[in-house]
Amino acid sequence: MVTIPVEIQILFAGLLFLIGLIGLLVRRNVIFMLMSIEVMFNAAGMVFIIAGAHWAQVDGQVMFIFMLAVTAAEVSVGLAIILQMFHHYKTLDVDELNKLKEIN
Amino acid sequence: MNTIFYIAAALALISTGLAIAGKNAIHSLLFLILSLLSISVIFYILGAPFIAALEIIIYAGAVMVLFIFVIMMLNVGMERETEKRWLKPRMWVVPLILGTILLIDFIFMLKTMAHEETARQIILPKQVGVSLFTTYVLGVEIAGMLLLAGIVGAYHLGRQKKKVIHRFLKKEEIIEVPNLKK
Repeated sequence: MVTIPVEIQILFAGLLFLIGLIGLLVRRNVIFMLMSIEVMFNAAGMVFIIAGAHWAQVDGQVMFIFMLAVTAAEVSVGLAIILQMFHHYKTLDVDELNKLKEIN
Repeated sequence: MNTIFYIAAALALISTGLAIAGKNAIHSLLFLILSLLSISVIFYILGAPFIAALEIIIYAGAVMVLFIFVIMMLNVGMERETEKRWLKPRMWVVPLILGTILLIDFIFMLKTMAHEETARQIILPKQVGVSLFTTYVLGVEIAGMLLLAGIVGAYHLGRQKKKVIHRFLKKEEIIEVPNLKK
């Protein structure tokens, strides 16, 4: 029997989202940034599951399945973009992608 | 059961932090897989066994394999010197300890689950499927279209276009144009 308060569960999801957000902000490697986005997706999906478990409804799990589809599409396109970026610039540092910036 | 939740939550947080802070992409990916496994344990505890299975199959299976393939293709952060360090125990002892904790956690939970009258509400895959294909059938079709668009986009972006350069333009250096003013 799970008697954990919902607040703690939501707090856990929030901490997970926070770690992903910090990773997205701190890292400059594109692969790590995409991994951080995955962590954030996971945290958001966990909130769906927690809410669905709290009210004993199936809708939370259905939303998580939709989120899985979105994540799969996002990852495939993002990794293809990373491949193209490495092909063009020979680096994974996002700070190198400043060709549109005005040179001064 | 509460203790298991807290252990799995702490494990997920620690391994996610290690994944984000790591230097080698493959090591970070392994920590991320550990984090996904512990999140799946939490889903199971919360009464969503179907989602727990999907988390392992799709996230830890498919998505992470995609990441691994891309990292292998790009061959980044895998110099010859770093390959030797793979064999040192200090590279795999931490994932081993964390994975062992998760395994003990999981085994203990399965043992306690067997002879326990589950009073909590477990949402079975059948209910999820019925809801998915009656109430949310439009969403399923839209998700299918999104995945199709993802396939087409990934194919288009991942294709290496053959560059056709005119033979006059093949040299990169700019030919000095004779000054015509004189």
